[in-house]
Amino acid sequence: MNKKTIVIDILRYRPEMDEKPFTQSFEVPYIEDTSILEALQYIKDHLDSTISFRWSCRMAICGSCGLMIDNIPKLGCKAFLRDYYPNKISLEPLANFPIERDLVVVMDDFMQKLESVKPYLIPGDNACMSSGEYQQTPLQMEKYKQFSMCINCGLCYAACPQYGLDNNFIGPAALALLARYDRDSRDAGSAQRMKILNQEEGVWGCTFVGYCSTVCPKKVDPAAAIQLLKVESSKDYLIGLFKPD
Amino acid sequence: MSKRKPYIRKLETNWWLKTGFYTRYMLREGSCIFITLYSLILTWGIFNLSQGESSFNMWLDTLQNPFFIILHLIVLIFALYHSITWFALAPKAIALWVKGTRIEDSVIIATHYAAFAIVTVLCLLIITL
Repeated sequence: MNKKTIVIDILRYRPEMDEKPFTQSFEVPYIEDTSILEALQYIKDHLDSTISFRWSCRMAICGSCGLMIDNIPKLGCKAFLRDYYPNKISLEPLANFPIERDLVVVMDDFMQKLESVKPYLIPGDNACMSSGEYQQTPLQMEKYKQFSMCINCGLCYAACPQYGLDNNFIGPAALALLARYDRDSRDAGSAQRMKILNQEEGVWGCTFVGYCSTVCPKKVDPAAAIQLLKVESSKDYLIGLFKPD
Repeated sequence: MSKRKPYIRKLETNWWLKTGFYTRYMLREGSCIFITLYSLILTWGIFNLSQGESSFNMWLDTLQNPFFIILHLIVLIFALYHSITWFALAPKAIALWVKGTRIEDSVIIATHYAAFAIVTVLCLLIITL
């Protein structure tokens, strides 16, 4: 019996021996419900054990297995061979990030940017422990919930040409995270975060390409978060003209 | 000794041709070139108006040239493309909440088209009356 197969091209890079990345082809059995991540695991188990890629949960929760599939940033666990069969599939590490090895990228800059937006509740001056826990209505939660669903997979950075051109730009996920805390009724840190988003590298580095929201596997819509922050930044500028601090 | 040697890929100058999404974005942004051309033609017309009737009529005659008619058609296509794509993105920058629910994207987009239609009709009235 002839078993169906599918060819997967993988951009490989082994820092200890390669000057630059090269493409290697693998032929894997085609099964309709095989995900790209499972195909990679098949390659590692049966064809070439030296291949490196990140993964953990296999169900679009951990955000580890992001990669470029036919030049589009996707989670390996959320894309399937059937979406491409019988065509060849090309796999590359996430664009706009330095390649550490094979499909593994260096995410240090991304992590620093997430930290830089003060992603925690900042209490107001009058907050005190004796007043008890924070209360929040479902409506108040609804205003930021969407932006809190980010799994830090980095697909939006791979989709953002502005980040690709100049990685000083804080970028989609970090700005969505900033919006998530800014819009939280329990938070009083908007003024501190305003300094971050007012910069050229803040919201104004975004030219509203919008691809970040298209590729987001959790429908966080970072482009919307950034445009809403631009409105806030503009309001802050106008108010500052008449009422300087 | 560390064998780490992160490989940095440069964004190629033709990055915007690699995905249809990027190409459509660049067309949207590039429409400003044609809209600038159009505003320059209008400015040229206003200048001619200030020079008297014969000068203004000469400007109108020049615009009858097939080159200018084709240019205006191209500008119109780009202006419409810009408006349609921009209206489609508008809900992302507007989060309006009424009585505990967020206003639907389709309502925000429809409002933009309604405003567009009203302004167009008003402009036509001002020009023709």
